[in-house]
Amino acid sequence: MSDFTPKITAFVCNWCTYAGADLTGTSRMKYSANVKIIRFPCTGRVDFMLLLKAFDNGADGIIVSGCHPNDCHYTSGNFHARRRWIVFRNLCDFMGIDSRRITFSWVSAAEGGKWAEIVNSTTEKVIELGPYKRYSQISKDGFINEFEKGTING
Amino acid sequence: MDSLRRKAQQLLESKEVDCIIGYNEGSSGNVHAGFITTPGQAEKLIFDDRCKQNLGVYLTKHEVMRLGKLAIVAPVPVMRTVLILTYECQIVENSVKVLGIGLDGQFLDFNEYADIEKYLTDHCNEHPEEDKKLIEKISAMSVEERWDFWHETLKPCIKCFACRQACPMCYCVRCQVECNQPQWIPVQSSELGNMEWHFMRAMHLAGRCTGCGDCGRSCPLGIPVHLLTFKMSDVVLDNFNTKAGLTIKEPSTLSTYKANDKETFIR
Amino acid sequence: MSMEIKSIQKDSLDKLFNSLKSRGNLIYAPVKVKNEVQFDFVEKFEQITDDFIQTTQSVKNSVFPKIETLFKFVKTGKEVKMLDMDMSLIPEIVIWGIHPCDVWGFDSLRAIFTWDTHDMFFEKRMDKLTIIGMSCAKADDYCFCTSVNLGPGSTKGSDVLLTKTGNGDYIAELVSDKGKALATSMPDVFVQAVQSKKEDFLVVVEKRFDSESLIPKMQKKETFDSPFWVTNSLRCLGCGACAYVCPTCACFDIQDEGYGARNIRFRCWDSCGLKQFTIHTSGHNPREVQSQRWRQRLMHKFAYMPERNKVTGCVGCGKCSRACPVDMNIAEQLQEIDQKM
Repeated sequence: MSDFTPKITAFVCNWCTYAGADLTGTSRMKYSANVKIIRFPCTGRVDFMLLLKAFDNGADGIIVSGCHPNDCHYTSGNFHARRRWIVFRNLCDFMGIDSRRITFSWVSAAEGGKWAEIVNSTTEKVIELGPYKRYSQISKDGFINEFEKGTING
Repeated sequence: MDSLRRKAQQLLESKEVDCIIGYNEGSSGNVHAGFITTPGQAEKLIFDDRCKQNLGVYLTKHEVMRLGKLAIVAPVPVMRTVLILTYECQIVENSVKVLGIGLDGQFLDFNEYADIEKYLTDHCNEHPEEDKKLIEKISAMSVEERWDFWHETLKPCIKCFACRQACPMCYCVRCQVECNQPQWIPVQSSELGNMEWHFMRAMHLAGRCTGCGDCGRSCPLGIPVHLLTFKMSDVVLDNFNTKAGLTIKEPSTLSTYKANDKETFIR
Repeated sequence: MSMEIKSIQKDSLDKLFNSLKSRGNLIYAPVKVKNEVQFDFVEKFEQITDDFIQTTQSVKNSVFPKIETLFKFVKTGKEVKMLDMDMSLIPEIVIWGIHPCDVWGFDSLRAIFTWDTHDMFFEKRMDKLTIIGMSCAKADDYCFCTSVNLGPGSTKGSDVLLTKTGNGDYIAELVSDKGKALATSMPDVFVQAVQSKKEDFLVVVEKRFDSESLIPKMQKKETFDSPFWVTNSLRCLGCGACAYVCPTCACFDIQDEGYGARNIRFRCWDSCGLKQFTIHTSGHNPREVQSQRWRQRLMHKFAYMPERNKVTGCVGCGKCSRACPVDMNIAEQLQEIDQKM
């Protein structure tokens, strides 16, 4: 494979997946180091704009993970999130944002192994897809390019 | 049309309402929204194929609200707008008199919103054929092609926010695009700014769009931005079997959930 | 300044285009895009169209871009280093086939951008501009240039104004020194004038009102306080379409953008029609309802600018009325003010 190391941002809920990721560590399971974890109170708090901002700032892949249905610390946060992601994914598809780069999962505090698997498989998938050039060209990379060239607005 | 004018006249004469929001003849063969406040002006009310604007947008406009008790000439999308605004606590149930215009162009006199609900159960507007075809065409593309399509299509957008202002559902006092600590979406017209703005708009209207198409119609550059919200309506219908604005009893699709919502992608 | 008149034969218009192009100019000209005509940078003469009444957008983008980077700044640790933009990168642009109303829009912009502080970006861009105007053979109901002291054959502001005659040849009026120099440098394109009168080939634009009489009326306090504004702006949605397509609207916002250490400060278009335009940090909004914003738009053009900048802030192109989603017709409203106040 190429020497492309993908940048992956994970938006996880405090109560299940974050604890799950902790367990992965304490169980001394190894998983891909490309992932940057951002802890949220609940997946219901993960605004879709945050995902777009992750791509904007150069992420090649995204993981969103929270409690299994019926396990939400706030009863219904993940149910709301689920509806939102169904719509979100469809809109991404329709606007041509590559939804293959976004992994959604339920990882409980007891599923350290599942977390490692989610991160590893997402990393593999993103490596296969390559850097997310289409998005970065209009955002970070495009900006830096223009900045360095010093072009004065076309 | 005569029955609409008669009713309007009667409402104003009896002082049951203070202002009727309807369609008037405009300049250069256009029609525009008219605000009828005296019985004599009722003659000016018209309704024909050109009357497409969703007048519901004025129900949340301060200066219009100050006119007193309102009545509104309401083709189907406007009826749906009234119901959504009622559920979302922007207007009080039965406070705005609805002078309905059915799908067949007939005048419908609704006494209360429950009657509108009844009418809408089997008289809901559909997306126009040409828009359906366009959505199909776009859906048939590959992801990369779709990205390029929207990238090119949204490029001319000058961020005048006519799409937002024309939409009766976009009544927020402060839009997310104007929140700048942090700045979520670039306010200027840039490639990223345009893409994110229209993405955000579509997302916020998912499950709330009445299918009036005013966002696309109002765009000075003719960008078909209504396709995004139309597609969202389709998605919501396919996945949750709901349509926006058919009842005042249920919340919009994204403000609620069902424990058995189906999806195929969460691992 | 005395004006020279030459003519250009219909076959040599492309020669003019190609010579300008070969001198390294960018050419900004009307092209057909789908059902509309828009100004764009063109490579080939064939792309250009003259078959249009008005483009949707004005050409102000060429001197007052949607986004103008003012400076760059780099943050390293606690230090911030500012970097100026390289003004020499501003290109020479020829604006081709622009109608007289749009041309005069530059003058309004100049009045604003050089009013007290001279805006260097604007001035530099203006300096690099050559304007080849094209007088109007067509107009529609929205046009009202004659009401604001312009006309379909007005030479104001152009370097060269072309008028297409009956046989397809062009009358070329060399208005400015730049225009004259251009003609001198291309003697095979700009030939001896023919005996035809420009007026015969111009469209007649009906006069809707007289700006001379309107302006004092707009400046009266009674007009400002009139209920006219509320009644006539009830249907206004409060978008920025009118301002963004307007050739003279010059309001802008200043924003920062950046990733990590690299940042820019830029200005981008803004509109007095938008609710947030005047909002204060305290939350107070001096123009809190739409009628005040609509009044501001017309007042700025017909009361404040004549007083402060000695120009009318409107060129009568009617772009705003065409772009308006709810048919707020500016000429109609101004006419009403002129008649009633």
